[in-house]
Amino acid sequence: MSAVVSGLEASSQSPTWHAATRLLHNRSFLIGAGLVLAIALMALFADALAPFDPLRNSFRTRLLAPDGRYWFGTDHFGRDILSRVIFGARISLTIGILTALLTGIAGTLIGATAGFFRPLDNPVMRLMDALMAFPAILLAIAVAAVLGASVTNVIIALAIATTPHTARIVRASVLVVREQEFVLAARALGASETRLLFRHVLPNALGPLIVRLTYVFATAILAEAALSFIGVGPPPPAPSFGSIIAQGRDFIAEAPWITIFPGLAIIISVLGLNLLGDGLRDVLDPRMRT
Amino acid sequence: MTSETVIEARGLTKVFGGRSGIFKGHSAGTRAVDGVDLAVRLGETLGLVGESGCGKSTTGRLLLRLIEPTTGSVFFNGRDLTELSKAELRRSRREMQIIFQDPYGSLNPRMTVGDAIAEAYVIHGIGDYATRQRSVREMLDLVRLPHSAAARYPHEFSGGQRQRIGIARALALRPGFVVCDEAVSALDVSVQAQIINLLQDLQRELNLTYLFISHNLSVVRHISDRVAVMYLGRIVEIAKADALFANPAHPYTRALLSAIPRSHPDELRHRHQLSGDLPSALAIPQGCRFVSRCPFSQERCRTIDPPLGSLSDHRLVACHRAADGTLPVFELNA
Repeated sequence: MSAVVSGLEASSQSPTWHAATRLLHNRSFLIGAGLVLAIALMALFADALAPFDPLRNSFRTRLLAPDGRYWFGTDHFGRDILSRVIFGARISLTIGILTALLTGIAGTLIGATAGFFRPLDNPVMRLMDALMAFPAILLAIAVAAVLGASVTNVIIALAIATTPHTARIVRASVLVVREQEFVLAARALGASETRLLFRHVLPNALGPLIVRLTYVFATAILAEAALSFIGVGPPPPAPSFGSIIAQGRDFIAEAPWITIFPGLAIIISVLGLNLLGDGLRDVLDPRMRT
Repeated sequence: MTSETVIEARGLTKVFGGRSGIFKGHSAGTRAVDGVDLAVRLGETLGLVGESGCGKSTTGRLLLRLIEPTTGSVFFNGRDLTELSKAELRRSRREMQIIFQDPYGSLNPRMTVGDAIAEAYVIHGIGDYATRQRSVREMLDLVRLPHSAAARYPHEFSGGQRQRIGIARALALRPGFVVCDEAVSALDVSVQAQIINLLQDLQRELNLTYLFISHNLSVVRHISDRVAVMYLGRIVEIAKADALFANPAHPYTRALLSAIPRSHPDELRHRHQLSGDLPSALAIPQGCRFVSRCPFSQERCRTIDPPLGSLSDHRLVACHRAADGTLPVFELNA
């Protein structure tokens, strides 16, 4: 039997591999990934990088301006701001990652259920719409205020606030993919509904979700800062970007470095995540390109 | 040809939309398929033709119960598919399959070709890993693709190659009945010919029965034993391919056949051009559904819906005037 195919000897390329190579040629992704990686490494190796203990109080070193010894200056307890920013990255990034992860799981479950099992669509999505009617940050404040101030509660609050939009994105994507012929083909083969959803629909519907999660990550870092600023964030003395800024608020005239440096850290993280998300979107989800 | 029926539709109807609910309002819905009676015989290729939107594809999918009919039933080897439970239906899928039009949309971009073909065995719990791999290679042989294709992803193949993959997947379970839903319409003409030949070879090798849905009349004429013509959700004529193309009985079939492009410029053409557009499936005309475009319509056509009745030579036609032989004679130089 003669084979009609020739010239197919190049190495096999999975769509994932394909996307990865295109990402490596995307400047926005590379810059974003570089910034995020820098912050992440800083958080990971905080113990080795921080010149001082971020929690050590010292009356003699109160409110020192940046100099050769204290690069970012010190706060009103005499704590080194550089060390606090480095350790703050840990809490801020942890909140960002866990929020993105939680909202990713919840959003996928809810969105896939609504999009794939049509009778559930209306009840589930109207509930999500109701949640979405609240401004996300207001919802997060309310949840954090009810649950009490802790890192865990901030993550839960932010995940609840960001899940409705995420669910909508997953649902929209599932609605598109479920109508494609390969899903019908699998159904014709006798595939069960769960198999259709998990083997065929979801793997082809998650591109927009990944893009969304980088945005959630960035939003969570910003929202954590906002929550800390109004006093419902992670409790002191542990530093997060937001809590350092919040504590510097009273000294912003005489010691602006307390707020400036964690502010810059937020800018770099969020900018990095947004660039990374833009790059991912260009590669994974060309339809959403603005 | 034996006349044993493999699959038979009785009064098959599918209305899309048209539900009423708090958020949906009220609408009558689109009668995409409106009372189709159709029987496919063992070992034959039944062509199903009609213009876009007449319900051909919907009929094919209803026959396999890929979509639920609104009313009517489908008998597959004597069993009513519409009565089966979900589990029974999934088991019966081994015996009937479908080949799709779009070779790009019908393969999961994230599954290798081998996985896509083997999925049939996984779903039905057939064999272990090794025997499945062997079966995948057999299927690739069958559709004339190299074994190395199994490890590759769909985007690495051309349209014609993808269609072969789609055929391999559909035949993996060795079904007896296959719906070819515009299976060659998206391909280049040269590739169309290859795929049609492949389908015909496979039909002989594996004793397949085809429902061949297409809007391409030349292709249908070439491949079909019998041809059914569909108009606005209903079958208006069924006849042996030769008879239908030589002497179409229904006015719609005549118009359809006269629209086939001729290969020679001097060839005589009797164009039966229809006036007006296809009526909306939301508002099907009273009486005969073709009445609004039929050049031969009479008073009774406006009030009485003609049934699909048999003429001579096993031909079925849904037309009052064809039934009593009062249609003007029609010559088609084909």
